[in-house]
Amino acid sequence: MSNPPSDPAPSNEFAIIIKKRLYHSLSETGDAFRLLAETIFQIFRPPLQFNLLMKQLLLIGYNSLAVVLVSGFFTGMVLGIQGYVQLKPYAVEGSVAQFVSVSVVKELGPMITAFVLSGRIGASITAELSTMKVTEQIDALEVMGTNPVKYLVVPRFLACSIMLPTLTIFSTFAGIFGGYVAVVSLFGFNGDFYILQVQKYLYVGSVLISLIKATSFGMAIAAIGCYKGFSISTAGGAEGVGTATTGSAVISLVTILVLDFVLNHILFNILGLV
Amino acid sequence: MISVKNVRKAFDEKIVLNGFDLEIPRGESLVIMGRSGCGKSVLLKIIAGLLSVDAGEVWIDGTEITQLKRKPLNQIRRKIGMLFQSAALFDSMSVAENIAFMLDQHTDLTEQEMRKVVDEKLKLVDLDGVQELRPAQLSGGMRKRVGLARALAFNPEIILYDEPTTGLDPVTCTEINELIRDLNQQLQVTSVVVTHDMHSAFSVGTLMVMLHEGKQIAYGKPEDLINEENPILQQFILFGAPDQILNIDNPTLKEFTGRQTE
Repeated sequence: MSNPPSDPAPSNEFAIIIKKRLYHSLSETGDAFRLLAETIFQIFRPPLQFNLLMKQLLLIGYNSLAVVLVSGFFTGMVLGIQGYVQLKPYAVEGSVAQFVSVSVVKELGPMITAFVLSGRIGASITAELSTMKVTEQIDALEVMGTNPVKYLVVPRFLACSIMLPTLTIFSTFAGIFGGYVAVVSLFGFNGDFYILQVQKYLYVGSVLISLIKATSFGMAIAAIGCYKGFSISTAGGAEGVGTATTGSAVISLVTILVLDFVLNHILFNILGLV
Repeated sequence: MISVKNVRKAFDEKIVLNGFDLEIPRGESLVIMGRSGCGKSVLLKIIAGLLSVDAGEVWIDGTEITQLKRKPLNQIRRKIGMLFQSAALFDSMSVAENIAFMLDQHTDLTEQEMRKVVDEKLKLVDLDGVQELRPAQLSGGMRKRVGLARALAFNPEIILYDEPTTGLDPVTCTEINELIRDLNQQLQVTSVVVTHDMHSAFSVGTLMVMLHEGKQIAYGKPEDLINEENPILQQFILFGAPDQILNIDNPTLKEFTGRQTE
């Protein structure tokens, strides 16, 4: 039997790199899901430390409220302008309120909130946890008999899962209001008619879809943020913290988009929600 | 009390511990010496149950810990206090909260009782009036002392020190060494100190072990080790040991230092 050649051909080398990357990605995904499973298991194991949860709720919710409101408001304004301009040639500009409210409630409300929080909270969770890992604070927790998943991940995971739908409600209202301000002030649209249209087309099912999406995005942001923070090696140093933080933000954004597609397919096509 | 048997640990291709054995009797203060990156801290983390082993056993007080689940392992860990290289204080907490952390997590002590323990432990490490400060407001030496006070909070039977004097000025190093020695005498604990600082090693150790290429190459009391003719050990001691320790009748050392036998 002959030995493998010492200098692999470039195509082989490329295949080896692809194989390694694929293996690495699959292994990372497996680890992330293991952490998620451990987190869910720890949620139901008493005691739940309410003080830690409250701290995270405040940090994620209250501190993100302003940026979420502003983002939602301007998204609604843009939608209002675009909707009005696009619908006017067909003489159906009266549907602009329906266009804004349906888009904001079902899609853009949860999406914009998730984008804002993935950049603001997901990255900050990763930076905090990875710094704790590099400075051996997570090892210190372990030595002191405290489960780091229970102590660090569970409060962040729960807080994101609770606060993302809560903030989505605020961002949705801000978006609808933004649309109102845009079309009423810029195009002289009848404000009362706008409100009536919003009320008419705002279904319970749509709100439910919005909240399901937002909760899923919140879970994803927290899980990715915590996983990226935990997965750094102790020797990673400042560079490792930076890489993990950037990676967390990028993966969160991509995951939100993929998850949105999957949820849309499940909620609209399979479950038939409106 | 602590027994490490034929432990093997590798990270990818790099073998760090290769059939390593070690016995640490109760009440002794053992110093683990070795060059940077030789696996001293890895060994300490294996003893603390922070790292798993690829093969071998670690026994603490008659319990084999490498196969333990988290809950029984945490019971063993309550006997252990650890001072980390960077002290590993929780940035988001005050000094008092750091020291009281384990009490807060695992006992039903009241705030007042915890406060009393915090004051008592801070006194043990010669610190006072820093309870409300944040770790970022402390000097390197103070951080180590607070880290040590936190390690002592649960009255451990074993204290693990990972490079306790690294990054400190010579005066603070001496103070920390004296503190470790005093605590060993006062509390009658078993100590395991990882260091490549020979001043520290000879100052605090009642037993010493030299780790080289994943194996134990020397083990014994400091006065015995100093006379061993293992060139790797002697070279290590020569480059770092205090001068008064080197002033001994050892032919290998004399060869290194150029000192002539009279």
